[in-house]
Amino acid sequence: MTQAFILETRGLTKEFRGFTAVDDVNLQVREGHIHALIGPNGAGKTTVFNLLTKFLPPTRGEILYRGKPITGMKANEIARLGLVRSFQISAVFGHMTALENVRVALQRTLGTSFHFWKSERSLDHLNERALELLDEVGLADYADVLTVEMPYGRKRALEVATTLALDPTLMLLDEPTQGMGAEDVDRIVELIRRVSKGRTVLMVEHNLSVVSRLCDRITVLARGAVLAEGDYQEVSRNPQVREAYMGSEAAEEEASA
Amino acid sequence: MATTHSLTPAMQRQRNARLRRSALYLALLAIALVAPFVAYPVFLMKVLCFALFACAFNLLLGFAGLLSFGHAAFLATGGYFTGIMLASYPGLTPELGILIGTSAAVVLGTLFGVVAIRRQGIYFAMVTLALAQMMFFFFVQAPFTGGEDGLHGVPRGELFGLISLADNLNMYYFVLAVFVIGFALIQRTVHSPFGQVLKAIRENEPRAVSLGYNVDAYKLVAFIISAGLAGLAGSTKTVVFQLASLTDAHWHMSGEVILMTLLGGVGTLFGPVVGAGLVVSLQTQLAQSPLGNWVSVILGAIFVICVLSFRSGIVGEIQKMVRKNFK
Repeated sequence: MTQAFILETRGLTKEFRGFTAVDDVNLQVREGHIHALIGPNGAGKTTVFNLLTKFLPPTRGEILYRGKPITGMKANEIARLGLVRSFQISAVFGHMTALENVRVALQRTLGTSFHFWKSERSLDHLNERALELLDEVGLADYADVLTVEMPYGRKRALEVATTLALDPTLMLLDEPTQGMGAEDVDRIVELIRRVSKGRTVLMVEHNLSVVSRLCDRITVLARGAVLAEGDYQEVSRNPQVREAYMGSEAAEEEASA
Repeated sequence: MATTHSLTPAMQRQRNARLRRSALYLALLAIALVAPFVAYPVFLMKVLCFALFACAFNLLLGFAGLLSFGHAAFLATGGYFTGIMLASYPGLTPELGILIGTSAAVVLGTLFGVVAIRRQGIYFAMVTLALAQMMFFFFVQAPFTGGEDGLHGVPRGELFGLISLADNLNMYYFVLAVFVIGFALIQRTVHSPFGQVLKAIRENEPRAVSLGYNVDAYKLVAFIISAGLAGLAGSTKTVVFQLASLTDAHWHMSGEVILMTLLGGVGTLFGPVVGAGLVVSLQTQLAQSPLGNWVSVILGAIFVICVLSFRSGIVGEIQKMVRKNFK
C-alpha cells in the first residue's frame, strides 16, 4: 500500500523558538498525481516545502521517499534522488544565458563538473538537449539571451526547463504562478500539465483557479496543521476550509458562482 | 534537425568572441615581450607579480562571489617559504623554490578554506581576516622569518641550473612566463565545466543546491586554486626582490588587492591586471614625488571615486561601452 506513495511525511513538525510553524503534518503524495498544498497566508506551506526539500531541518517527524527515510539527507543529495524544487522568486542564474542555465543542470551527470582544466567546449554536446528543453517550454528563441534581460514569466518557464533537465521523478513547485499576469498564468498551467506526464508534482499555490484546473489532490493547511484533504470538490465543500478562506478567493468564487 | 540549425548563430558568435580574445591576448603578449626595452624591468616585474595576485583574488570574488579579506596570508606564505628554502639551500634552483612556496600556500589555502567556506558574506570575510592576522603574528614571532626586518639576500640563482636570473632581462622573461601560466590557468578555470558551476553558485546558491550541487566543495576548490596562485605570485616576487617581508603579510596588502581588483573591474579577466598596473604605477610615481606621504590618501580617494561613479571598474566599463556600441 505504501508503495503507491512517492512522498510521505509522518508527524512532521517544525518549531521556531517555541512557535510551531508546522504541526504534526502527515502528508501522502501519490505517484503520478499533481498534488497541491494550499492554505491561507502563514499556514506553513512554504515551511513544509523547505522541510521536504531539506532547506530546513525538521524538529520532529519523518520524511519518506518511496518508503525510504530521507529525513537526514542534505538538500543537494535529495536532488540527486530525483526530487527537484523550484522557488517562490524565480530561481535562475541571471548573468548566464538561457541555454547555459539549462546546461548547468544537464552537466552534473557528466561527472566533469570539478574539471577546472577542461574547456567549456566539452559541454557543447549538451547544447542540443538544452535547446530541446528550451523548446519544450517555448523559449527556443531565448537561448542566447542573458537571463536578467528576460521578462518575469519567461524566467519562470526557464526555471521549469532547468528543473526538467534533471529529469525529476518528483517536482516540487513553490507558487509557480506567483506574481504573474493572467496570460502568463495560463501559459504556466499548460506547461505544468504538459510536463507532469509521467512525473509527480507537488505544488504550493495561492491561485485557486490554477489548483482547480490542475490538481488531482489537495491538502489544506491552516496554522501549520492539516485541515482537510481531498479533490477540489471535496475540499471546497468542507465548511472548515471555507471558514479558513473566508473573505479570500474561495468565498469570492463561491459568491460569483 | 531543426535544433542544430538554430544553434549556428550562437556558436558563430562564440567562435568570433574566442577569436577576438585570442587576437587581443597575442597583441598584449607582444607588448609584454618588448616592454622591458622601454620601461624599467624591475618595475614591470612588480606589476606582473601584483597582477597575478589580483587575478587570483578576482577568481574568488568575481567568479565565485567570495570576498576574502585575508589573501595577504597566501602571498606572504608563498614568499617566506620560497625565501627560506632558497636562502638555506644554495643548491636549490629558483623554480623549485617557487614550487615549494606555492605548495605551502595551497596547503594553507586548504586549511583556511575548510574553516571559512562554511560562512557567507561578511562573516566569510571576517573569518579570512582573522586567520590571516594569525598568520601575520606567526610571521612576526617565528625565528626563521627575520621578524620586523624580513628575510634579505634571497639568491635569485640560476633557472633550471642553467640561466642566471641575476640578469634583469632573464628574470623578467621568467616572471612573464609565470604570469602567463597563472593567467592561463585562471582563464581556463573560468571557462571550464567547473567555472560554469561556480558562476551558477555565484548567481543563485540555493538554486545550485537544488540542482544537486554540493556548493561548499566547489567553493573550496576555487578557494584553493586562488590561494595557490596568490602564493605563486608571492613566491615569484620574493625571487625578484630577493626579499620576503612583513608588508606582504599585513592586512593592508589584503585591502590593496581588493582595491586593485575593484578599480580594474571585478569579474573581468583583465580588470585585475589593469588595476594592479595602475596601483603599482601610482605608488611608484608618488613615492618619488613630494606627495610621497599622501599615497594612501590619494589611493583612497581614487577608490571612493571608482566605487561611486564607475562601479564595474575600468575594464568593466569599457566592456559595457563596447557591448552597447558594437552590438
